[in-house]
Amino acid sequence: MTTSETELKALMLASLDGDATSYRSLLDRLSSRLRAYYKGKLARVGRGATEAEDLVQEVLLAVHLKRHTYDTGELFTPWVHTIARYKLIDYLRRTRTSASVPLNEGTEAMAQDDHADAESSHDIRKLLGRLPEKVQCSIVCVKLEGRSVAEAAVRCGISESGVKINIYRGLRMLATFIARETKHENG
Amino acid sequence: MRTDDLVTMLSANVEPVGGGLVGRAISIAVAAGAAVALGIMLVALGVRADLTTTRAIVFLALKLAFAITVVGVSVRYLTRLARPGAEGGISPLAIVVPFAAIALFGAINLGGAPSAHWNRMILGDEWLECLLSIPIIAIVPFAVTIFAVRRAAPTNLVRAGAVAGLVAGGVSAIAYALHCTADSLPFVAVWYGGTIVLCTLAGAALGPRLLRW
Repeated sequence: MTTSETELKALMLASLDGDATSYRSLLDRLSSRLRAYYKGKLARVGRGATEAEDLVQEVLLAVHLKRHTYDTGELFTPWVHTIARYKLIDYLRRTRTSASVPLNEGTEAMAQDDHADAESSHDIRKLLGRLPEKVQCSIVCVKLEGRSVAEAAVRCGISESGVKINIYRGLRMLATFIARETKHENG
Repeated sequence: MRTDDLVTMLSANVEPVGGGLVGRAISIAVAAGAAVALGIMLVALGVRADLTTTRAIVFLALKLAFAITVVGVSVRYLTRLARPGAEGGISPLAIVVPFAAIALFGAINLGGAPSAHWNRMILGDEWLECLLSIPIIAIVPFAVTIFAVRRAAPTNLVRAGAVAGLVAGGVSAIAYALHCTADSLPFVAVWYGGTIVLCTLAGAALGPRLLRW
């Protein structure tokens, strides 16, 4: 087992317990690894850094929404790598590229590329604006302004479990918007 | 959007997540699908009336054993297919075992009987009813199973769809077995096995469209 596996898995386990600091650090590390992975893959089909960043963000959202599918008894890196590869194939398919990219290169998703300012083509404010009102309110309060779920419940006028459900639904809708927008722009 | 901002957003007030959710969701879906399948069988077809003879009971047990084995093995496989990177832990060949076993028993049974009886042993009176009932009863179990798998993260959509179809076909066969009075091994091998395979093929064809995330 490599150090990165041990380290990332420890962060993932803490994240699943609700440790926000570990989760932030995990997502940061994953971003730089995913960025290097996608830049390398997309360069071969003539796509640039912005498209790579679109994919990085799609995968980060997927990791977040699908984190319940990680079995803590298994290795963490194959889980992430499988998602990264799935999203790459899905992206290439929906943007209808005919070029073939060799996909089976094991641990390549574990390369590194740090660009703290890296930007995708999506405008989060615009995307948020397309969400239903209560969903938007829940996400803005808890996820952007950092308020507690209880505070958000009062502000948005719904129950606490309603806020949690809305956040999950909202992030899922954002992921769908992002995937669709990418298709629209490039396809 | 800066990736850094997305990371900040995702990690703000993150909720703890429990383990074993995928397996639980799929098991619940299959149980719910089975309940619906049994309901449809009871209302539309009814339980076979001749369950007083030993032969009827033996054959019912045999059909149930076949269908329950298919469902048990395929649910375990499906749970792995629904989680990224977990596919390797189980051999898809395990799925073939119940089908191979019933085909072997059917063939032995045919081999020991005069060929004049073969037609009757394979077709019975109910082959058409079986051919239609199992796929139709499988529709609802298939839908709820797909719904549960979609909530997880399948990455091989053809295979996950196929195994969801297999689960649904097996569940449907459990329900149909309670009605079916065709008591011959070759019949079970051909019509139960065949219709479950049909459900599997339909699932493989629908998987990529229904399971994408």
